[in-house]
Amino acid sequence: MNGSEFSWSEFFAMGGYAFFVWTSYGLTFAVIALNIIMPVMHRKKVINRVKRAIRREQLQQ
Amino acid sequence: MWAWIQKFSSPKYFYDMSAKLIPWFAIPALVIGVYGLYLGFFVAPTDYQQGESYRIIFIHVPAAWMSLFIYMVMAISAGIGLIWQIRLADVIAASSAPIGASFTFVALVTGSLWGKPMWGTYWVWDARLTSELILLFLYFGYMALQASIEDQRMADKASGLLAIVGVVNIPIIHYSVEWWNTLHQGATVTKLDKPSIHIDMLIPLLLMALAFKLFYATMVLVRARNEALYRDRNRRWVRELVEKL
Amino acid sequence: MNKRSRRKMLVAMVVFGVGIATVLALTAFDENLMYFYSPTEIHAGKAPADRAIRVGGLVVDGSVRREGNGLAVQFDLTDNAAVVPVSYTGILPDLFREGQGIVAMGRIDNAGLFVADEVLAKHDENYMPPEVADALDAAHEAGKTGAPATN
Repeated sequence: MNGSEFSWSEFFAMGGYAFFVWTSYGLTFAVIALNIIMPVMHRKKVINRVKRAIRREQLQQ
Repeated sequence: MWAWIQKFSSPKYFYDMSAKLIPWFAIPALVIGVYGLYLGFFVAPTDYQQGESYRIIFIHVPAAWMSLFIYMVMAISAGIGLIWQIRLADVIAASSAPIGASFTFVALVTGSLWGKPMWGTYWVWDARLTSELILLFLYFGYMALQASIEDQRMADKASGLLAIVGVVNIPIIHYSVEWWNTLHQGATVTKLDKPSIHIDMLIPLLLMALAFKLFYATMVLVRARNEALYRDRNRRWVRELVEKL
Repeated sequence: MNKRSRRKMLVAMVVFGVGIATVLALTAFDENLMYFYSPTEIHAGKAPADRAIRVGGLVVDGSVRREGNGLAVQFDLTDNAAVVPVSYTGILPDLFREGQGIVAMGRIDNAGLFVADEVLAKHDENYMPPEVADALDAAHEAGKTGAPATN
């Protein structure tokens, strides 16, 4: 990208390797996003499970 | 000393402290990652042989480094858990496995997508690629043992043992490119004489590696907090904490 | 089956699975390990003639000849000690060029020609912009006297 003028279409073309470069980066971002979303959902699940257990015990008493 | 370790490694203490630590890793991870990508795409020059395709290096190599680093963290934590029965160490090991598996997967897939245009193939059974694939299976094996054994102590023992045995694979991965004739080229950054990579390419590479490391630090804390809550779900501190939420 | 023995079964299965995967991988390691022979080894008769092998080396400058429809190509492969002629029909990787390290898979015919079904390019561990590569080349040309690169 040391050409005289910067162009976005040239940037996205990646010198003909667009598919390989952008698939790599896209997939990496998807994996990173999944790594953020999954623990957040898991946290909710764990908390709900504990809450339900507390309620069950209170009913039994 | 022992009492000090006991205090700091108690899941409750860890849960409270880690909440304060997380932003100190998460925010730098984001800032450094964005800056690294900017340098990687807009400042780093085109490679003399590989053209623009080499830009995959900025995620491929850091991901591959992380796959080894996280495995070592996991195996050492599992070892500490096995020997000294420190519960927090087992929590860290169990929380590291899925992150390590993710980075291993990313390293394999980005390597494959880089190999196709440059080498001419998505996959070869050379020593470097095969040993990295075994690393992915080791992570999967660890996670399968954790998930399939109900008794937590047994699960930690069995999976910890696997993690420790699997450490033999780590030097094999690193030195595979020297020990055998592989299609994969030799090390660029870690070889003993000065790295054979242009400085404008090296800086974004190292920044991305740092960002990945900070991301791991963030996510292992987030996951370990969940794991600590789950493992202590019948203890009073978790009950009291959940009731306040 | 009670819970406990089921658990043991699961553990056994996982260990077995990992074991099988390792054995398979090690077999692949042992048999080909992407191991390639150098032209010198081929000349010395070290490579087996009865099965497909790989030969690795540098494409000799000026040896690449394209024939007919352009997909058939012949070139010489060297390790700077011996030379093996190679013929190949198919699409070459982008990195294939004269002076480049490559690995070809195939067999040697009676005439001593290596007939390849697959050609892979091997790149080095150096990354730099073209200007620097040119400067390094220039320095190398002048380099026997130890002249520093100027660009």
